[in-house]
Amino acid sequence: MRNIWTIARREYRHYFISPIAYIVALVTLLWIGIYFVVVINYVSAQAYYSASSAPDVSIVVGQMATIFLLTSPALTMRLLADEQRMGTMELLLTAPLHDWELVVGKWLGSFLFTLTLIGISLIYPLVLHTMTTGGIDQGLLLSSYMAIILLSAVFLAIGTAISALFSNQFAAFFATLATLLTLWWLISLPTYVLPAGTISNIFNYLALNGRFNAMVGGVITNADIVYHLSLTALGLFTGAVAVEIRRWR
Amino acid sequence: MIQATGLTKDYGPRRAIENLTFEAKQGEVVGFLGPNGAGKTTTMRILTGYMPPTYGSAKVAGFDIIAESIEVRRRVGYLPETVPLYPDMTVFEYLKFMADLRHLPNGEDMVDDALALVGMDDRADGYVSNLSKGMRQRIGLAQALLHKPEVLILDEPTIGLDPAQVVEFRTIIREIGKERTVLLSTHILSEAQQLCDRVLIINKGRIVAEDTPENLQARLVGAERAVLRIKGEADDLAPVIAKIKGVLGVNIQPDGSLEFQFSPSLDVRPEVARAVLASGYDLLELSPVGMSLEEIFLQLTQDNAKEK
Repeated sequence: MRNIWTIARREYRHYFISPIAYIVALVTLLWIGIYFVVVINYVSAQAYYSASSAPDVSIVVGQMATIFLLTSPALTMRLLADEQRMGTMELLLTAPLHDWELVVGKWLGSFLFTLTLIGISLIYPLVLHTMTTGGIDQGLLLSSYMAIILLSAVFLAIGTAISALFSNQFAAFFATLATLLTLWWLISLPTYVLPAGTISNIFNYLALNGRFNAMVGGVITNADIVYHLSLTALGLFTGAVAVEIRRWR
Repeated sequence: MIQATGLTKDYGPRRAIENLTFEAKQGEVVGFLGPNGAGKTTTMRILTGYMPPTYGSAKVAGFDIIAESIEVRRRVGYLPETVPLYPDMTVFEYLKFMADLRHLPNGEDMVDDALALVGMDDRADGYVSNLSKGMRQRIGLAQALLHKPEVLILDEPTIGLDPAQVVEFRTIIREIGKERTVLLSTHILSEAQQLCDRVLIINKGRIVAEDTPENLQARLVGAERAVLRIKGEADDLAPVIAKIKGVLGVNIQPDGSLEFQFSPSLDVRPEVARAVLASGYDLLELSPVGMSLEEIFLQLTQDNAKEK
């Protein structure tokens, strides 16, 4: 546990001196901010002429999912690939810590950074809460934020695992992006051509975007939570195995 | 402290080291001597728990390197060939990070101690990226010494240092080697001669010789040699010297001097001196030449190549 924390703390601090992390933070917060203002403007203009319902928290969280799909690979690409390139992997692999502690620590560092961004984004629901009569639906707020936290845990775990496989950051970036796109959306494509049935359902079951939209809509099932946590665990396990395999080569 | 038995490592079809068996005791400085690619780094990486051997086993500080890898890593200080540093951290942050990974109870004090030992205590707040090669090497050594390890493994520790730093580094290593076990690799023979209690000469993944530097020298020198310098050309003199009883061989050196080998049991030098004068030459120099570790090394590694 202590080793995980030591590794995570270093990674977390590293984000605050690396340009990529600042770009990720800027893109995330700027995009959400612009989108928020545009939606609010549009909705209030509409409301002037006819009654319309106030926007809910999904206008913030829904955007974050798309942004994280693109930024998570940038946050995780260097985690282990760079250690390999700089030769510091030799330092970490001869230090008294287990391979899985290293991988989990790296993931936790990136997760904490993403949680920081998610935390900052809470400003928007707060603003929305004061702007709407009666305030926003707090249950929806909770389920939406839970959805984005679970989703980012999955994205970052997969990115960490792929970073362990490469010693080139950019290879890790694109491989992660491709994997995330597949899991997010592409994997559900066969449902359009397959006849409705069990096989078609399996593909639908695996896609992350359907689950995410349902959770943001306020429906969280145990299956959703288990699926996200399983994918996170699978990612971290794969990462640990990848590090272990490096030793044997 | 280090006991290696039959260590073998294959990288795919290529065998990097083959059946290495050796040991290093406490308070002993053991040197791995060999040309580049001989398998020194591979052996060290196996002993530090970086990677497992393909065959064979080893115990370091009493623990098995495969089954009890973490215990081994706790007790070993390792300075890899490329010093592993994080350029974005200050010297202190870097060492504190390593101290945290090693769970050192009073980490900050131990960082200060290690920095003082390598003479870098005034640069603790500087960024690693601004350090010179020699300073990086010292920080790497500080990292290896941080937890006062029982076994210190140093891969080419003095490479890239300026002569003054090399002397300083060797002093530090010798000091540490008095109490603890030090295994270091080098391809600088004089360094092995100066630093090590015992030298393992390794070539193409095999140990070709193992002894103290002095014994290696004595054991391998089959004949004594001397160099003879005269005024003028020595070409005509060579056959004269070769005829003297006890002289095993004569060859003219590129600088015009004449080198001859003779059996250690019969000192032929007075006879040679008389022969020079009798032939009408002016004798300028007649001196013995010891076989350096350098030549022993070349001889050993070449013999090894011929066998193949």
